Amino acid sequence: MQTTYYKKDKHLVFEIEEEIDECSVQNLKRMMDNEIQRYMPKEVIFDFSNVSFMDSAGIGLIIGRYKLIDMIGGELRVANVNLQIQKIFEMSGLLRLIPVECKKKEVQYD
Amino acid sequence: MTKAFDNEMKIEFLSKSNNEAFARIAVAAFIAQLDPTIEEIADIKTAVSEAVTNSIIHGYEGKVGLVKLVCKIVKNEVFIEISDTGKGIENVEIAKQPLFTTKSNLERSGMGFTIMESFMDNVEVESVLGIGTKIMMSKKIKINSSQEKGLENFGDEECINDLKNSDVRGEETCMKMI
Repeated sequence: MQTTYYKKDKHLVFEIEEEIDECSVQNLKRMMDNEIQRYMPKEVIFDFSNVSFMDSAGIGLIIGRYKLIDMIGGELRVANVNLQIQKIFEMSGLLRLIPVECKKKEVQYD
Repeated sequence: MTKAFDNEMKIEFLSKSNNEAFARIAVAAFIAQLDPTIEEIADIKTAVSEAVTNSIIHGYEGKVGLVKLVCKIVKNEVFIEISDTGKGIENVEIAKQPLFTTKSNLERSGMGFTIMESFMDNVEVESVLGIGTKIMMSKKIKINSSQEKGLENFGDEECINDLKNSDVRGEETCMKMI
């Protein structure tokens, strides 16, 4: 399982395919920051369809990417989140900053 | 009536962050005998992951040490102890506050204890500077109606209603999110 990304127009979509914890966020951060800085997208979408687990390390990951994307004038959206991960999002207060969509909707572009 | 299990296991592993997944999966596998719901398993896995991460990142700060994990089952209650012999927490009350972190430059959210406290029924922390930290937490697993009445009654009205209700709750939460 490996996280992949694709670019369409000015959108950058990361299809995350691993459990998000302290161990996996290090690589994810590096990869995401590289791609975000390279493409300077208008919108970044984290597709959580295949994320079965996330702990507080994931919150740090998202806040960090949010700051970077905000700095380059883009927006961040998180899609296809399962119920457990939603609970963590709710707890963290991230929902005030970032639109998070529940499972199972297709990732759509504006 | 369901048979009440009394069981216990212990594991020790090195303070490497790829052991976080091992720890939470080991606990999930061990508590499967209580027939928990997917949600209960996920809650416990998340709490274990937070506690083990604390030991590895904050307790040992990248140094090699042993993290000890003890998991006990008494009737339908799970008790989990995660301890390290790392540097300890200076002030547990402050550390428990949401968003508090000593490593904010490393994109830590400071949500570890908050998550443990909301996903488990009870969380206690013992810590001595220079000696180590021990996190003790517990959670009751609900005995579901199919277990209580024995399998022959599985599928009866109450069971089905339970299932329906749990579905409805899930959808409501979904709707709120959208």
